[in-house]
Amino acid sequence: MIPGLGALTQDTLWCFSQLKGTVEIGATEADIISTVEFNHTGELLATGDKGGRVVIFQREQESKNQVHRRGEYNVYSTFQSHEPEFDYLKSLEIEEKINKIRWLPQQNAAYFLLSTNDKTVKLWKVSERDKRPEGYNLKDEEGRLRDPATITTLRVPVLRPMDLMVEATPRRVFANAHTYHINSISVNSDYETYMSADDLRINLWNFEITNQSFNIVDIKPANMEELTEVITAAEFHPHHCNTFVYSSSKGTIRLCDMRASALCDRHTKFFEEPEDPSNRSFFSEIISSISDVKFSHSGRYIMTRDYLTVKVWDLNMENRPIETYQVHDYLRSKLCSLYENDCIFDKFECVWNGSDSVIMTGSYNNFFRMFDRNTKRDVTLEASRENSKPRAILKPRKVCVGGKRRKDEISVDSLDFSKKILHTAWHPSENIIAVAATNNLYIFQDKVN
Amino acid sequence: MAEPDSDDSLNPMSILIDELQNEDIQLRINSINKLSTIALALGVEKTRKLLAVVEEAIVREKAVESLRAISHEHSPSHLEDHFVPLVKRLVGGDLVNSRISACSLFSVCYPGVSIAIKAELLQCFRDLCSDDNLLVRCAAASNLGDFAKVLEIDDIKSEIIPIFSNLASDEQDSVRLLMVEMCVNIAQLLPQEALEALVMITLCHAGEDTSWRVRYMVADKFTELQTAVGPEITKTGLVPAFQNLMKDYEPEVRAAASHKLKEFCENLSADYRENVILTEILPFSQELVSDTNQHVRSALASVIMGLCPILGKDNTIEHLMPLFLALLRDECSDVRLNIISNLNCVKEVIGIQELSKFLLPTIMELAEDAKWRVRLVIVEYMPLLAGQFGLEFFDAQLHSLCMSWLVDHVYAIREAATNNLKKLVEQFGKEWALATVIPRVLTLSEEPNYLHRMTTLFCINVLSEVCGQDITTKHMLPTVLYMAGDPVANVRFNVAKSLQKIGSILENSTLQTEVKPILEKLTQDRDVDVKYFAQEALTVLFLA
Repeated sequence: MIPGLGALTQDTLWCFSQLKGTVEIGATEADIISTVEFNHTGELLATGDKGGRVVIFQREQESKNQVHRRGEYNVYSTFQSHEPEFDYLKSLEIEEKINKIRWLPQQNAAYFLLSTNDKTVKLWKVSERDKRPEGYNLKDEEGRLRDPATITTLRVPVLRPMDLMVEATPRRVFANAHTYHINSISVNSDYETYMSADDLRINLWNFEITNQSFNIVDIKPANMEELTEVITAAEFHPHHCNTFVYSSSKGTIRLCDMRASALCDRHTKFFEEPEDPSNRSFFSEIISSISDVKFSHSGRYIMTRDYLTVKVWDLNMENRPIETYQVHDYLRSKLCSLYENDCIFDKFECVWNGSDSVIMTGSYNNFFRMFDRNTKRDVTLEASRENSKPRAILKPRKVCVGGKRRKDEISVDSLDFSKKILHTAWHPSENIIAVAATNNLYIFQDKVN
Repeated sequence: MAEPDSDDSLNPMSILIDELQNEDIQLRINSINKLSTIALALGVEKTRKLLAVVEEAIVREKAVESLRAISHEHSPSHLEDHFVPLVKRLVGGDLVNSRISACSLFSVCYPGVSIAIKAELLQCFRDLCSDDNLLVRCAAASNLGDFAKVLEIDDIKSEIIPIFSNLASDEQDSVRLLMVEMCVNIAQLLPQEALEALVMITLCHAGEDTSWRVRYMVADKFTELQTAVGPEITKTGLVPAFQNLMKDYEPEVRAAASHKLKEFCENLSADYRENVILTEILPFSQELVSDTNQHVRSALASVIMGLCPILGKDNTIEHLMPLFLALLRDECSDVRLNIISNLNCVKEVIGIQELSKFLLPTIMELAEDAKWRVRLVIVEYMPLLAGQFGLEFFDAQLHSLCMSWLVDHVYAIREAATNNLKKLVEQFGKEWALATVIPRVLTLSEEPNYLHRMTTLFCINVLSEVCGQDITTKHMLPTVLYMAGDPVANVRFNVAKSLQKIGSILENSTLQTEVKPILEKLTQDRDVDVKYFAQEALTVLFLA
């Protein structure tokens, strides 16, 4: 077993590493974490919250004395990304909640990320300043102006070291392109463009141009009364810069190639699993709505999350997924009450690990689930304060459906549906995961022997 | 490079250099713009420090531009000692941006250096053209033409053409589409036989590329390709290619081809031009008139009238007029707009009588179009039409239309209609104005809607100039003065403004006896704006 490749065997134990976020008392709704994302190297971890703030954590360098202890994440930068706005034309409030954050691949010393709320996407530059120019011609070292008459020779200011300062500056604002709420953004592998998707349309942007975008998908019907389906998530292929997928509320995924036509209303591939008639119910369509779609790192598979399951699809097979994993099938009999308390509309995300061998998604009661695609093993873990001692090993949890409940099991009716894990992230190459539980961010690592 | 010898000139230099480090991007850009000046002041040694590895593309581009400008100041040995190593450092850089910047620097340092260095530079460029990173390949590809310009013909054939072929079959369409433009650039450097092969092969592959963006570039650069190959190849090779583009299944490509229709036809050789247009081009254009995509139809509408001078009167009436009429009735307002805006070239060819016979019913429809911008175009076109058709025709057909615009819901139309009146009066004379226009304008002052009453005043403002003192005093002034008692304040202060405007052409006695009392009364008005404008008017007219 090569450490760090993340296969889930009986030997892999997950431990608590860190807990970020405010304490229970004093936590406001603005602190609820709405998105979590590692950057491409895993060095940085960004979270966005309902209050429009972005917090970036940076992994500290591993110290030489403690080779078996992996670096911890510390706050690197915090900034207010979006503010609440008011749409005067429609008399509607625009929430400042950060829906998604996506990192750009690093091209120089600074870090770039896209953050979006319902209507506006912003490109942020996070950079360090540890040098300061000194040796100006017209100012002396304290900043006082020098008398120009005293200058006899010219010099170019040079950079000298100073205390580290991290600053975040908004570099681009991409606004006014979406009538409906933005649910996804995805950076293209060409590093020049990205897309933003709302309920009915997907737009393609160039990072340099903020006042124009191309509309590449438009599923708005001419007559809105004929509307039956909305776009729920969209993502670019990790390597092919002209391919992307988008998922719908009807449980379908469409793959489009931008080279085929300018407006990708006609898909190149259409993924849909035929419905199982035995499972049909009043809620079938609602629970088939896909809340998240993610390409595998290899680009060969896509993973989709609907209310009760996670599915893995092979891009070459459109008529059914190659794997289906039950996340919390015990809820199937509770759909009615989940509909009444609106939980049936919760949008869970799903993530791949770095080698595409394990997938993870969240559930209720602060539980989250991992499925090993090779061994077919799965585990349920809990993000809770009780298990927050450093390097404490997480015990697998179990939900009991039947009458007889074992001591450490929890019955379905005792699940806390207000504690939902919607957003998780997996480090790109190591077994480090970030789990957002309401306003807390848990970081877990696998146990290093 | 000499240091400046007088102390005075150091100060602006100091400011520029200091601003290179300024927080404000705009100031940094300013300084980088002046890089060549700074370099002259600093001398070669210190200049080399200022390199272009920033992530903001526009700062990078300006820096590269400045480097290119500086290179002209270098002697060949300086280029070899300093500039070429700089380029090599950028080429070998880890960061993508440095390699991108390098691509633009080859053409300026290649000429003049030794053979050995030239070979090195060529190798560097080749490497960039096969770089793993897409953005670098794109940057190299877009500079291919520029670089080729400074090479010898033999080198172009042996070095550039193979690079071109590779890039033209790159797996990424972003690179392939750049080659269409490069094809044009390189073709201009080659002798006839060589370039024909190059262009035709490119056309063939690119015109049938599976990626629509590549085909779009072919359509976009079509007329340039046409100029490069000459008339013979155009007839045999390009016409079929153009037809294919016009019936491409991607609307963006069809629209791009439509945009080039007129230019393409104009550039056809005169001996076969008419024939080719009638038999090869027009049938496809007819299809495009009823294209499902409105942008295609709009593009077609903006250029198709340019074919009239080429085909002549009879052909225009027989073949083109039906197309214009169909487009004029299009459901999309942009399409209709494009036709209306270009009627001039048709008029030149077939004459006003024919034109009016065909177009008048549709013009009348458009004058009442739901979209105000469409109506606006007709309003603005009206003086020209009036001039062409003549007074009788105008009075019979168009007069009531012009009057109805004065009470349009949209202010922009009312304003345009008012200016329209002025131009009409200039054409047809004050007597005509007195007989037909002025009575109607004056009746507007009785309208219940205050906006219409204000229109009266705005019309009088413009008409007074062209009608002169007599008519203004006898016929228009009484109404203006009467409106000083209007219940709406906006009307009253516009009365003051009107009096100020027309006062300059009135007789002094009139001003004293009739205008002044009214203005003085308005300065006692209960509304503060009325008082203000009345006072203004009294001051300007020297009545205070």
